[in-house]
Amino acid sequence: METPQLTSLYQQLILEHYRNPRNKSELDGKSVEVHMANPVCGDEIRLQLRIEDDRIAEAKFVGQGCSISQAAVSMMTTLLEGRSLDEADHLARRFTDMMHGDGDAAKDRDLGDLRALQGVSKFPVRIKCALLGFDALQEALKKEFGGEAH
Amino acid sequence: MGTISAEPRRGSRAGFDVERVRGQFPALAQSINGQPLAYLDSAATSQKPRAVLDALSAYYEHDNANVHRGIHELSRRATIAFEDARGTVARWVNAAEPAEVIWTRGTTEALNLVAMAWGLDNVEEGDEILISVLEHHSNIVPWQLLAQRRRAKLRYIEIDEQGRLVLDDLSRLLTERTKIVAISHVSNALGTINPIERVVDAAHDAGAVVVVDGAQGAVHTPVDVQALGADFYAFSGHKMCAPTGIGVLWGRRDLLEAMSPYQGGGEMISVVEREQSTWAAIPHKFEAGTPNIAGAIGMGVAIDFLAEIGMEAIVEHEQDLLSYALERLRPIPDIRIFGPDSLSERSAVVSFTLGDAHPHDISTILDSAGVAVRAGHHCAQLVMKHFGVSSTARASFYLYNNRDDVDRLVAGLAQVSAIFA
Repeated sequence: METPQLTSLYQQLILEHYRNPRNKSELDGKSVEVHMANPVCGDEIRLQLRIEDDRIAEAKFVGQGCSISQAAVSMMTTLLEGRSLDEADHLARRFTDMMHGDGDAAKDRDLGDLRALQGVSKFPVRIKCALLGFDALQEALKKEFGGEAH
Repeated sequence: MGTISAEPRRGSRAGFDVERVRGQFPALAQSINGQPLAYLDSAATSQKPRAVLDALSAYYEHDNANVHRGIHELSRRATIAFEDARGTVARWVNAAEPAEVIWTRGTTEALNLVAMAWGLDNVEEGDEILISVLEHHSNIVPWQLLAQRRRAKLRYIEIDEQGRLVLDDLSRLLTERTKIVAISHVSNALGTINPIERVVDAAHDAGAVVVVDGAQGAVHTPVDVQALGADFYAFSGHKMCAPTGIGVLWGRRDLLEAMSPYQGGGEMISVVEREQSTWAAIPHKFEAGTPNIAGAIGMGVAIDFLAEIGMEAIVEHEQDLLSYALERLRPIPDIRIFGPDSLSERSAVVSFTLGDAHPHDISTILDSAGVAVRAGHHCAQLVMKHFGVSSTARASFYLYNNRDDVDRLVAGLAQVSAIFA
């Protein structure tokens, strides 16, 4: 017997990204790389970005972990190409808002496939799984742009 | 404290009634996500019986005082209860005397105590410490720290495809430089029961001391430290119905007496002067500072509770559940169960993966059905690496679990399979 919450957590789109992750490979000519792990559960990713003219030209990752962490980072990478620092940072903030139950953020079309992860907000112990990729992104932005990140 | 009385240490099988046992654990009588709780995470920590909870309240309501310090009535009562609990532990593991029982925060602190007190005194550059791949991080990292400080070498006993120690080349692994052999009695990640006596005999022949991590062993097997023949045995209260924050290091008197203290402070001294001090006799030499008095008393009560039910009866019940669980789990498509095939070589722990569902997803889905299991590396990353996985799901059984809990687990796993189909 599946609860409605479970159904909303494990949407087909999430399982599809988990099984067929996008942009999962080493990135040639990367400008910045961040390793982010959750020691509690062993989920880990290495996020690699190629930056050109202060914009993210390419984003790839390698990693392993649960469906939520791996689907979230896969979805995230599909949305980064061509974004500036501010735009990428904004995306991270909107996603974090959605994870903390912000209904408006959950309707933000800018979040693309990531909106499928809205159900994670009902599972507090899994929110950190969903945020692993964005934590890595924000770390990468900090590294690459130094004091400019806000 | 005097010597051990001759009273029976463990009760009899007479009428083990799991429903009656369950009724004594208040935390089990609740619903999680609209379903009755099926608590299958006792290898992480056990639930606590009413008797232990009541003992904690009673101690704080009536007897609370510091031990070994006061002349007044409450201090006298607290001291008696605290030392009586030590005696109860000593009888439970068949220690030669209560003074060989050191109170610690748990297994981890007990193992660190041996590494830092006996280890720093006795291990020199070039010496060897032998542990196994099967160990919990708490029986790996303290030895790494010791090895680094002393420039000693850490060596490993490997495990086979069923997660059992490979002991065929034990005589090669033990050399004249081996000072310490540290091994778990029962694996927390896989449930493997290790042949401690065999390791002890070989280690002693080589002149090494044997430290046993009994965090799971003391819970799932009757422990007789004198029969095991080890030199140190460490275990925790919280996995055996006692509160968190209390545990035990048992050690042989001659070793404990020769060891330097682990921490300095009150209670562990005899005379303090400006430049130096002299130490109290064991066990107090290793118990600096105000101890976890309520925890120790709670541990004594927990042991009385277990003894009344009877350790043999508990083990028999757990083995019955384990057998039933394996019988129900093995036919599930795409399940991979880790650990020994033979029931006689494993305790009531089932570590598994299911298809491409990550263990955390398994745990979330099971939790939605009220079934609590552990997911992760179980503080045994070397074991995970051995099997080429990053984590597993782990269901562990204790005296209060019943067949319905197993059925609920199996039903929950069907849901996992459906979602990840």
